Amino acid sequence: MKLHLKIWRQKTSTATGSYETHTVEADEHMSFLEMLDVLNEQLISEKKDPVAFEHDCREGICGACSMVIDGRPHGPQNGTTTCQLHMRAYKENDTITIEPFRVGAFPVVKDLVVERSSFDRIIQAGGYVSVNTGQAQDANATPIEGGIAAEAFDAATCIGCGACAAACPNGSAMLFTSAKVNHLAKLPQGQVEHKKRVQSMVAQMDKEGFGFCSNVKACEVECPKEISTENIAALNRAYISSMFTTSD
Amino acid sequence: MKWFINFLTSSIGKKLVMSLTGLFLITFLITHLIGNLQLLYNDGGESFNKYAKFMTSNPLIKMISYGLYFFIILHTVQGLMLWFVNKSKKGTTYAVKTKDNATWAANNMALLGTLVLFFLFIHMGDFWLKMKMDKLDMVTYDGGEAIKDLYARVNMAFKELWIVISYLIGLVALGFHLSHGFSSAFQTLGLRHKKYTPLINGLGLAYSILVPLAFAIIPLYIYFKN
Repeated sequence: MKLHLKIWRQKTSTATGSYETHTVEADEHMSFLEMLDVLNEQLISEKKDPVAFEHDCREGICGACSMVIDGRPHGPQNGTTTCQLHMRAYKENDTITIEPFRVGAFPVVKDLVVERSSFDRIIQAGGYVSVNTGQAQDANATPIEGGIAAEAFDAATCIGCGACAAACPNGSAMLFTSAKVNHLAKLPQGQVEHKKRVQSMVAQMDKEGFGFCSNVKACEVECPKEISTENIAALNRAYISSMFTTSD
Repeated sequence: MKWFINFLTSSIGKKLVMSLTGLFLITFLITHLIGNLQLLYNDGGESFNKYAKFMTSNPLIKMISYGLYFFIILHTVQGLMLWFVNKSKKGTTYAVKTKDNATWAANNMALLGTLVLFFLFIHMGDFWLKMKMDKLDMVTYDGGEAIKDLYARVNMAFKELWIVISYLIGLVALGFHLSHGFSSAFQTLGLRHKKYTPLINGLGLAYSILVPLAFAIIPLYIYFKN
């Protein structure tokens, strides 16, 4: 099938970008990234600069792909990443607009590649457990209610791709931060550092220059892991109560 | 004290201020509505004017009213500031706009709030300011003391079609603002659970439709009565 692509091209983080149009011959069995591979092969054979885009696992678990397809992070399908989007979702002669994630705290590096290390620094601020939690069998020996374990797991499915911040009209990272807080907060192993974790991760998130959550909830619609904004409410609750209960 | 300032100036703290002031204003709207429905009585304004006198002279209510002015200003200033900062934090917007991942009201809270604010200026200029500046006629009921005839002022104002229309526009904006604001306030407070959130959302929807509608009855009733 013949497709028309309108792609954001930007040479460096400081350069002014613009849209470029290309026509590509794709197959309906290709994934979206494979279609971009075809385009890049074409550009290389024409001795042009290939389109820079991030990808790694190509099976929806790494969170590397970071593009906005026709206005939606990870494309028109709900609950999937860009690499899980297949060209059968399109038809002959469709025009597809591809943009990088637009978030103040994710500056564009080149073309569709954005700098997402702000997320790493939020994790570094407290998204871990530093107490000894024992071996794998110790985790199994700790009884946790099924529903709670499922909620913790739902939050833990966050792959940190940044689609939430990209979908947010405020460029807020609340869904990401709340998922990373809650997958630990729901479990006994996460309790020891819980309040400090909440405070330092929120402080880091603010420092990175993300916007304020205004409960628009576009993030949960676009999240490839369908993480709920219930996590944001839980983070708000935890943050407010931590402020009145921590020692300093 | 430093922790408290840090708390209120954090991203969540700022939203908390919006949530709490919003909930205060939501509560105010209900009392304001119940009081104002007395305008619909056919008693020549006696009950409404006596109520207005009570509301402006009772020291406790006076104190709450100062809180109300303060919270309206705080909610407005903070809201506009959040909108302004958020716009800068987003950076570039997308070439292709999608509308289907959020409600229109949620995306336009600042615009709706500003419309409500303009409406408030008209509203307060018409009644509150005229009352404060003693521009109202006095009226006496059953040989009692002379009180301000706010009822007559309201009846006069709502004879003007443009005032009635500006009230309707203001109330529609208020309704949309509340349709997001009501449930959003609870989300910010962290009060969300699948057991009771559907109830909050339902109440929010009912509130955002019924309260502006009930307010709208007053100017419409008076306009068509005359």
